[in-house]
Amino acid sequence: MSYTEKSIDEIRASLDKGEVTSEELFEEAREKALKYQSDYNAFVTILDKKEEEKNKKTILSGIPYALKDNISTKGILTTASSNILKDYVPVYDATVYRKLKEAGAVLVGKNVLDELAMGGIGTTGHTGVVRNPWDKNRLIGGSSAGSAAAVALGIVPFAIGSDTGDSVRKPASFGGIVGFKPTYGRISRYGLFAFASSLDHIAILTRNVKDAAYVTNIVKGQDEYDMTSLPDDGKEYAKVLDNSVKGKKLFYIKEVCNLENYKNNNDLELIETLQKFHQTLDKVRELGIEVDEVSIDRKLLSALYPAYMTISCAEATSNNANLIGIHFGLRGEGKTVDEMMFDARTKGFSELIKRRFVLGSFILQKENQERLFLNAGRIRRMIVDKINELFKTYDGFIMPTSGGIAPKFDEEIDRLSERYLILEYHLVIGNFGGFPSITIPNGFVNEMPIGINITGRVMEDDIVLSIAHQIESKLGFKNQIAKGAK
Amino acid sequence: MYKVVIGLEVHCELKTNSKNFSGAKNIYSEIPNSHVSVVDLGFPGTLPVVNKEAVKKALKVALALNCEIPDEVIFDRKNYFYPDLPKGYQITQAKKPMGRNGYLMINVNDIDKKIGIRQLHLEEDTASLDHYGTYSLIDYNRSGVPLIEIVTEPCMNSAAEALAFLESLRSIFLYCDVSEAKSDKGQMRCDVNISLMKEDAKEFGTKVELKNINSFTNVKDAIEYEIKRQSEILDQGGKILQETRRFDDQDMKTYSMRSKVDAIDYKYYVEPNIPPVKISKEYLEEIKKEIPPLQYERINTYMNEYGLSRYDATVLVREKAIAEYFEATIREGADPKLASNWITAIILGHLNKFELSINDIFITPKMLTNLIKMVNDKTISIKQGKEVLYKALDEKKDPTVIVKESGMKQIIDVDAIKNWVMEVLDEMPEAITQYKNGKTNIIDYLVGQVMKKSRGQANPAMTMSMLKEEIEKR
Repeated sequence: MSYTEKSIDEIRASLDKGEVTSEELFEEAREKALKYQSDYNAFVTILDKKEEEKNKKTILSGIPYALKDNISTKGILTTASSNILKDYVPVYDATVYRKLKEAGAVLVGKNVLDELAMGGIGTTGHTGVVRNPWDKNRLIGGSSAGSAAAVALGIVPFAIGSDTGDSVRKPASFGGIVGFKPTYGRISRYGLFAFASSLDHIAILTRNVKDAAYVTNIVKGQDEYDMTSLPDDGKEYAKVLDNSVKGKKLFYIKEVCNLENYKNNNDLELIETLQKFHQTLDKVRELGIEVDEVSIDRKLLSALYPAYMTISCAEATSNNANLIGIHFGLRGEGKTVDEMMFDARTKGFSELIKRRFVLGSFILQKENQERLFLNAGRIRRMIVDKINELFKTYDGFIMPTSGGIAPKFDEEIDRLSERYLILEYHLVIGNFGGFPSITIPNGFVNEMPIGINITGRVMEDDIVLSIAHQIESKLGFKNQIAKGAK
Repeated sequence: MYKVVIGLEVHCELKTNSKNFSGAKNIYSEIPNSHVSVVDLGFPGTLPVVNKEAVKKALKVALALNCEIPDEVIFDRKNYFYPDLPKGYQITQAKKPMGRNGYLMINVNDIDKKIGIRQLHLEEDTASLDHYGTYSLIDYNRSGVPLIEIVTEPCMNSAAEALAFLESLRSIFLYCDVSEAKSDKGQMRCDVNISLMKEDAKEFGTKVELKNINSFTNVKDAIEYEIKRQSEILDQGGKILQETRRFDDQDMKTYSMRSKVDAIDYKYYVEPNIPPVKISKEYLEEIKKEIPPLQYERINTYMNEYGLSRYDATVLVREKAIAEYFEATIREGADPKLASNWITAIILGHLNKFELSINDIFITPKMLTNLIKMVNDKTISIKQGKEVLYKALDEKKDPTVIVKESGMKQIIDVDAIKNWVMEVLDEMPEAITQYKNGKTNIIDYLVGQVMKKSRGQANPAMTMSMLKEEIEKR
């Protein structure tokens, strides 16, 4: 067994004992990254040389990791997997990267994402499709596709991604690993290329909950460069994981999870995924956690996806208006400045992105704002209010991360179907409310991994992590390496 | 004849250490792109951090303009594409500007007028563009500089009123110490909305917006040109187009830039990266305390309480430091009218001549007061007083010391003066005859003779009355 497939605790022990050096770890990670690149395409950039380590005393010093390619790294190409930034080398470091560097963690490379982090399937990056390490014919989900693949393949023990709707938690589920999105503001967004600022989170991919706690510990905290960042809660997450969860109360949403809803559905994967979910709930109850079924207005749930698309497209249109090819990025051609900007954006973005920008622009237009943008905001408020009201009684809610396993590339997806409208989009609740939310593996369906998700109250990252950690121990699905890893 | 209706949109750059949303220096520099941070360039991943000092200064002006202040500070994005706008949007305030429904008093031809302020908001400046034949250059030094925009009601009716408003507004910026407000550095800029209507009309005429006006004189010229242009069109039965026009200060004409029909939709929405911050009453009180008495208020005090003319009062309040100097002199016990005369006549002249600020001069209000008192109690003559003040300014010496050192005390000893009077009259009997024959102005000549004998130290008033007395006797 290689070192990079191990947990952070194990690698730490080997480093401290001198069984392996950080140089050797970097080389191992780099070689694997190169080896798997043609099959899975997890990286945009694989570093040739290990960066200088600054600190030798943290849990992460000497440990290799990867960053999603929409996180600013000074002197290292950062493309956001878009043609418009294909040669963009930032001049400053994102706070999350700076903190990891200061902690001595070793960057191996930058991961492929869906172009500009938009799109949830991992197929729209400018360097090509990311494949699922459990089955090359399937997608891994996005937008943190390459990051999830790199962790699932055992190239690195952790990766940093971003989560705007489900961009870390969904690929974590499809990759059989852990994806943790802390409370909004827990980790500074400074240096994360903005997709939808009010929904964007830096999030973490690992192969077990404790590793997610370790990494969050290092990168959390208030940042003078991000006004929305929270003061540090002073908690050491990895140390509180075994705090008692007895008596904690979780709910699941009846309209999403109750099998009765799917009586006439012949999607066997869906049924099996839900059955596994309910079996897991029984094990959760064995931990002394109470789990109740709660009903939420179906209309409100059906509005989640449209509201998410409306808000995120609108914000994305504005956030990406800096990509004009004048002061950085792909330079367009033309006789006037307008023509140059037009040309850069025409060449620089894929059709999908352009469609979203057109939508976003339409949504923000004076005559449409009230009906579209502001109403979407109201839906967001309504669902968050509803969840917060439930949080007066419950410590969190537990749901299947997805209604099934990772789809095949050629699978037809009806986004307005029962499954897609609610079951595939409830994760955005975590982004709407800024709630801490974590996905952990929940076994397999048809030999492909599935996940469950736990979302808790704002600021209670520690409680969410400890519930997840204890469920993980109960289920035993941890430190999974994908079948595709040779 | 038409009634002119004018509204102004004034931009003013605020004086702060750093820019509105980044740590780059807010400083005027001739070297392009020397004060630029990644935030000012809108590089991917950067986030705005609000400059508290800029917020405070914007609130200060809003309070000085008697505005209603919102309960919280929030910002909005104004979205449009332009090469001088690196983020593709400008952070500004649309929903809750720093101030609403305020006013500013102006005075034109001795008539007071209240100019309504529709709103005041805080935003960031754009980069500056220089266009050349086949290329343009961008300077990002200005990108992100804190800027306030003040929008008036359409309530001014002449170029003179617009100018008076701009001058009063500028004085508020200076008095509140929020900006240098120099138009030649682009720190204060103005757009003009102007329409014409028949005297008896009930509705405003079609509005034309004038942009690119870079000095107060140009505001006046642009308005006057536009009144002429629009009047001619209306006289011929034509229609005014709703449009934006640019003023060319070479040929002093306005030219059409774009029609308002294709006005841009800026798609304003709340800036998500800046959480709302409540404005407390205590904080506003604290800011209010820092606002000094303003020009309009001071002019009224000077006129009503000190009996100064509007002209003198206006001269004294032109700069806050001068007004404060004047007031300090009065507090030292000087007579307000005399203090005003000495300051406006001599000290301001000295400042202009040497391009000094009143804070640069050696003469303190206390020294000036002592000088005024010496003249007032006839210790020295007015003429001597002036000489002493000039000398004091030039040599940076206390006037009292100069008077003492040069033995310049006025002679008020009756016997001494009487001796000189007798001597002069004895020497010029023909002058007495002339005086008695009605050529009374010869008395000035005689006073001059006494002064000569006394080396200028005899008290002129005493000399005059003693001469008259003695002539009558002869």
